[in-house]
Amino acid sequence: MKVLVFVEQRDGKVKNNAFEALSVAHRLSGNASDVAAVLVGDGVAGEASSLEGAGTDKVYLAESQDFKHYNVLSYADAVSQAIEQFKPDLVLAAASPMGRDLMPRLAARHDAGIVTDVVTLDAKGDGIEATKPMYAGKCLAKLTMGSGLKFASIRPNVFGSDKPGVGSATVESLSVSSSPDKLKTLEVRKGEGGKVDLTEAIRIISGGRAMANSDNFKILDECADVLGASVGASRAAVDSGFAPHSMQVGQTGKTVNPNLYIACGISGSIQHMAGMRTSKVIVAINTDPEAPIFGIADYGIVADLFEAVPIMTQKLKEML
Amino acid sequence: MKILVIIKKTPDTETKITLSGDGKQIDHSGTKFIINPYDEFAIEEALKIKEAQGSGEVIIASFGPSDTKEAIIRGLAMGADRGVLISDAGLEHADSLTVAKVLAAMIKDEDPQVVLCGKQAIDDDNMHVQTMVAELLGWPQVNVVNQLSIEGQSAKIEREVEGGQMEVYEASLPVVIGANKALNTPRYASLPGIMKAKKKPFKEASVGDYGLDAAQLSGSVKVTVESFSYPPEKPAGKVFQGEEVAVMVEKVVKLLREEAKVL
Repeated sequence: MKVLVFVEQRDGKVKNNAFEALSVAHRLSGNASDVAAVLVGDGVAGEASSLEGAGTDKVYLAESQDFKHYNVLSYADAVSQAIEQFKPDLVLAAASPMGRDLMPRLAARHDAGIVTDVVTLDAKGDGIEATKPMYAGKCLAKLTMGSGLKFASIRPNVFGSDKPGVGSATVESLSVSSSPDKLKTLEVRKGEGGKVDLTEAIRIISGGRAMANSDNFKILDECADVLGASVGASRAAVDSGFAPHSMQVGQTGKTVNPNLYIACGISGSIQHMAGMRTSKVIVAINTDPEAPIFGIADYGIVADLFEAVPIMTQKLKEML
Repeated sequence: MKILVIIKKTPDTETKITLSGDGKQIDHSGTKFIINPYDEFAIEEALKIKEAQGSGEVIIASFGPSDTKEAIIRGLAMGADRGVLISDAGLEHADSLTVAKVLAAMIKDEDPQVVLCGKQAIDDDNMHVQTMVAELLGWPQVNVVNQLSIEGQSAKIEREVEGGQMEVYEASLPVVIGANKALNTPRYASLPGIMKAKKKPFKEASVGDYGLDAAQLSGSVKVTVESFSYPPEKPAGKVFQGEEVAVMVEKVVKLLREEAKVL
């Protein structure tokens, strides 16, 4: 199976999720010559060398000022050219905000099937079989696609980003430019604090209604700083105005998949647990021993979060 | 300005998902259905644009089973002008691209200047259809939109991406916009609104009305849902209570390092 991987970069740096996608591509194809990467950006040629040993012999490089910022129309033009040259069976990307925006557009352009945000992905004859969480993880769907060009995106932090140790990553430049009049990316405004997004975070500490106000999130921030974690919130906390929606974990917020999720003062509504239950290790801190969150927690502490969290921050500081 | 909102009927967020015995289907008996929550932000935004401009028309459209009509009427009760429901009879297993083809054909016929919808449906969590519709129509699209302002024939749009970063766009109309929760606060339908909604124009259409052939569409489906399963059950965890808080915290931190090996 020939696999083309869309290598995501932001600010000129290749993202870790690209190595996950390349590693999956190498497993599916079985050799580096049947894998190609496509890197789109401005001044990113130097980054192509970071793909050596990542499982691909070829890197299609689309460099132009047009590609400085992500723009679905111009990026779709660049990736389409790589598709025409490499003629892959599968185009693979990470299910990041960029990948989730770009891949369906490409699938429609090429009249091809697509599966998104998958947590398993395997070859099945000429086609593929994938598993995808639905209803924010309340159930999983097994999906198949047949032969011919198809598209898929993988959920970050599921497949692992170990380099296969093969692949020359030889650069082949694409002569493509695209500055669509219909859509212009004016700027990319930085977020506050520059924290890792919840959907990509390895560690998350979240607060619920019991946080009582937005100022109290400071105690979670302090713990997060020690842990290198991102801070999340339940819908109850967001709807009460304690935290912005960008921090919401759950079915109408973000579905997260960290190695460690610490739920503070979160009782565990169905819709919240749907969004975080695949976290590898879950810690719950709640005053109510009957809170449903304890049902899915690996470790629970029945205590007031305002007492427990600062102690935890202190203990972690001593340890880490 | 003519604004069209695409909606989908989804189970309420508090729904516990139950699978049929053979795992081939989701058992929806007894499920409470709602308008996909993100689509409500799209409806609200459409109504706000119309109000700001002082004139225009807001159409609520969907492709789905016949009982989607109730969801569309709820949108009409919020203040939209008319509804369109394209029946999915014979196309219940349509994949996202097939759905997009049907919606794109309908949108071509309606010829709106702005198409709004939720950033994703909370059932399949795909985030496909709006993007595909835009590609099929040759329009620009921006999804996960926190802010939208329309002036003349162009729109300024802010899209939320990772780490709270915002991509700022300028798009020419017509455009497809996928609404995020931060975009607005949807209004409740008023009682007079609910009364009026039932009398508003409502078109029940088939794919044939838009020049498409159901059998051909059915044959072009590329993604097959083979079965469903529940997420794996977690073994019971270790819950500490009744001890001094510092002692319990210390135990958990130690377990995180030595047993779970995540620190």
